[in-house]
Amino acid sequence: MDKLRLKFSKTGRAVYISHLDLMRTVQRAFFRAELPLKYSEGFNPHPLISIALPLPVGTASLCELMDFRLAGEAELSEIPARLNAVMPEGIEALEVYCAERKFGEIKWLRVKGEFEYDGHRRRELERFFAAESIVVPKRTKKGISEIDIKPAIRSLSFNDSGLEAVVSVQEPSLNPELLVQAIERLAPELAPDFVSFTRLEVYDENMEIFR
Amino acid sequence: MNRKLEKILRRVQKPARYTGGEYNQIIKDKSEVDLRMAFCFPDTYEIGMSNLGMRILYGVINEMPGVWCERVVAPWMDMEEEMRREGIPLWALESGDPVSEFDVVAFSLGYEMAYTNVLNMLDLAGIPLRSADRPGLVPLVFAGGTICCNPEPLADFIDLFVIGEGEDMDREVLELFRQAKKEGWSKKEFLRRAARIGGVYVPSLYEVSYNDDGTIAAIEPKDGAPEVVTKRIVEDFENSYFPTRPVVPSTEIVHDRVTLELFRGCIRGCRFCQAGFAYRPVRVRSVEKLVQQGIESLKNTGYQEISLASLSSSDYPGLSRLCDGLLDWCEPRNINLSLPSLRADNFSMDIMKRVQKVRKAGLTFAPEAGTQRLRDAINKNVTEEELLESCRVAFEGGWNGVKLYFMLGLPTETDEDVLGIAGLAFKVLETWKKHAINRGRGARITVSTSCFVPKPHSPFQWEAQVTMDEYRRRVKLLADNMKSRAINYNWHDPETSLIEAVLSRGDRRLGAVIEHVWRNGGRMEAWSENFSLQRWLDAFKACGLDPAFYANRERGRDEIMPWQRINMGVRPEHLWRERERAYSFTLTPDCSVRCTGCGASALTKGGLYCG
Repeated sequence: MDKLRLKFSKTGRAVYISHLDLMRTVQRAFFRAELPLKYSEGFNPHPLISIALPLPVGTASLCELMDFRLAGEAELSEIPARLNAVMPEGIEALEVYCAERKFGEIKWLRVKGEFEYDGHRRRELERFFAAESIVVPKRTKKGISEIDIKPAIRSLSFNDSGLEAVVSVQEPSLNPELLVQAIERLAPELAPDFVSFTRLEVYDENMEIFR
Repeated sequence: MNRKLEKILRRVQKPARYTGGEYNQIIKDKSEVDLRMAFCFPDTYEIGMSNLGMRILYGVINEMPGVWCERVVAPWMDMEEEMRREGIPLWALESGDPVSEFDVVAFSLGYEMAYTNVLNMLDLAGIPLRSADRPGLVPLVFAGGTICCNPEPLADFIDLFVIGEGEDMDREVLELFRQAKKEGWSKKEFLRRAARIGGVYVPSLYEVSYNDDGTIAAIEPKDGAPEVVTKRIVEDFENSYFPTRPVVPSTEIVHDRVTLELFRGCIRGCRFCQAGFAYRPVRVRSVEKLVQQGIESLKNTGYQEISLASLSSSDYPGLSRLCDGLLDWCEPRNINLSLPSLRADNFSMDIMKRVQKVRKAGLTFAPEAGTQRLRDAINKNVTEEELLESCRVAFEGGWNGVKLYFMLGLPTETDEDVLGIAGLAFKVLETWKKHAINRGRGARITVSTSCFVPKPHSPFQWEAQVTMDEYRRRVKLLADNMKSRAINYNWHDPETSLIEAVLSRGDRRLGAVIEHVWRNGGRMEAWSENFSLQRWLDAFKACGLDPAFYANRERGRDEIMPWQRINMGVRPEHLWRERERAYSFTLTPDCSVRCTGCGASALTKGGLYCG
C-alpha cells in the first residue's frame, strides 16, 4: 500500500507524552486496531512511521501528521474510527489519506497561545511584537547564540485569551515558546503567569493548508 | 487537570508518569461507586506499572461493582518539591482526585527500601502517619506484598496487613469495610472483625513485650485476634484472574511488555531464598491457558514484546511447548518473546537458542556460590559441569558474554569458597577460549557479588549477616585473585544490604527509625543515589537501637521472631531442619523428586505432604 498520512490531535492529558513515547503509543494503537504496520527489512526491523515536526512536551495540537505504511489493505475512511476505538485519552485520529507532498514542504504553523494575564497588557504586548527586530538567545548545538525571531513571525495578534500567530516551522524553525521567552527577557513586566500553546494548522510556503 | 498542576508538570522530569489517561485505565462513574481505593505503589511509576501484582489486583478489585480502585505512585523528588511548594496533595492517576478523599489507601510492598516512601506518600496525601493518630474508620490504610511476611517494621503506620496472595482476601477486606462504612462501625470494631478474615494481620491487636537483652519476650494477641495468621493463596491458579487488559503506559516503563505468570511457588528450595519457601505450594498454569492469555494480552495492549515470569521458569513443565505456542503467533507479527534468566542446563540453552534467533541478549547465570560444597550448603542444585556445559553451548552458539551472579557472606562461607568464584570465572573463560566461534570481539565475563541478606521464613532466618568490613575483605580477596582483562568484577555496596538485613528481620521498634530517616529526607532509597547509610545510623542512634543487633546477630532456635504470628505455610521445624542440612552440606531434593513435608500443602488440600 502507498504511503499514508494520518492527521491527529493531541490534547488534554496526552500533551505530556513525549515524541519518542508517542511513536510507541501510536504503534501500539495500530496493532490493537488490527492495522499491522509495514516493517523495514533488515537486521532489526522496525515499523515505517514518521511524525512531522516533533511536538514539544506540554504543547497541544490539532494538526499532527504521521506517515505510515500498512502491511495489508484497509479502507482509508475507516481507519480513524478504528484507531480512535483503541487510543489513549487525548489522542484522536482525524483523517487518513494518501500522502503526496513531503514533510519538507511544510513552512508555516498557525498557533494559539492561551495567556494567563490581565486584559490591559494586550495593547502593550502587540506593540512589543510590532518592533523591527526581536533578538533572543537561542540554544543551538554550538551553544547559545542570539537570533532575531521577528522574520520568523508571519502574523501575530492578541485577543482576550491570548495570542494567535503564524510562525515559520522550517527554515528557520521557531518554537512558539520563544515568543514567551522573548517577552520574559525583553519586557518582563508584561510576562504572563502561564501560557499553553496549541498548534492549529500547518501550511506550505504559499499559506495553503499542508496535506 | 487544574492549572497549578499544569504549571508544575512543565517543570518536572517525565511528566507523563503523573497524568494518567493511559489506554485501558479504568474510569468509573463516581455516582455508581460507594467505595474508592487508592492503590499506592511506593516507588516510581516506571517500577509500579511494571509490577505484575499491581496489574493483577488492580483488575481484580475493579471487577467489584461499586468499587473504584485507582493507581497512585510516588513522585520523584523534583515533583515532590513542586507539590510541597504549591500545596498540591498526592492524587490518583485515573481521576486526579486527592488521595485524602478515598475510603481506602492500600500499599503494595515489595522491597524494604521503599518503607520511607510509604510514609512520604501518606504525608503528601495529608494523612496522619501513625495508625493511632487516625481514629476514624476512614481512611483505612492497609498493605500487602512480599515483604509483609514480616509486617512488624511498619506496624505503627498500617492498620492491617494482608498476608499472602491478595486476589480473594483483598475483596473480602473491602466488602467488610463497605459494610462497616454503611453501618457506621468504629475503626476498632472494623479491625476486630477484619482480623477474623483469613490472612489478615492487625498489628494493633498484638502486644509485643521485650526481654532485657532486647529480644522479644512475647507477642500476645488480644481482642480475639488469631494466634496465628496463615497466609492466603489462590488455590485454583489455573482459573484465577489474570489481567489480559492491563493499563498500557504512554511513557516507557521498566518492563514495558506483556508478562505471563507461569506458576507460583518454586520446587527448588534454595536455602537463602525467601520466595522459594514463602510462596509455596507450587501451582502451575497450563500451556493452553498461558498461550491464550498471552495472545489476548498482546491483542489488548499492542505490546510488541512478551515475557515469562515465575521464580524459576526452567522448571515450568511445558516451557518448550509454551515457547512454540507463543512463537507461532508472535513471529509473523514481529513480536519478541523474551525469556527470563534460565537455569544453566542444556535444556534451557536449547530454548534460548530457539527463541533468541537474532538478538544475542546477555546470558545470565546465578551459581550463587563458588564451590560445590557451598552450593550444596545453600541447596543450589547446579554443578560446575552443568554451568560450563551451558557456557560451551552458548559460546558455540555465538554468545560472547556471560554474567555470573554470586553472593558473599553465605552461611559457612570460607576464603576457599570466595576464591572458588575466581576459579569458576577462569574456567568459564577457558571454555570460551576453546569453544567460541567468534573470538574477534573478545570474551565479556561479568562477575557480580552482593552481600547475603538473611530473610524471614527462609532456612537462614536465624543467621547473622557478615559485617560490612568482612564483606569488603572478601570482595578484595576475590578482586585480587580474579585479574583478567576478559573478566569484569562488580560488587554491590554492602551498605544497603545492611539496612535490608535490619528491616527484613526487624521488629516494630524500627517504626521510629524509619520515621526518623524519613523526617531527615530519606526518599526513594531503592535508588542507590538517594540512599544514605549515615542517615540510617543517625536514626538508630536517635532511637537507641543497634543495627548490628538485627543484622549481625545469630538467633537461637527458640528466639521469638517478630514474625512469629505469621504462618507462610512452611513450618519453622522444616526451616530449622533445612538449616541443619546446610551445615552438613546435604542437598534436599526438589519438590518434583520427592516431597519433603514442608507443610505448605496444608494451605490447599491439607496434610503435610504433597502428592
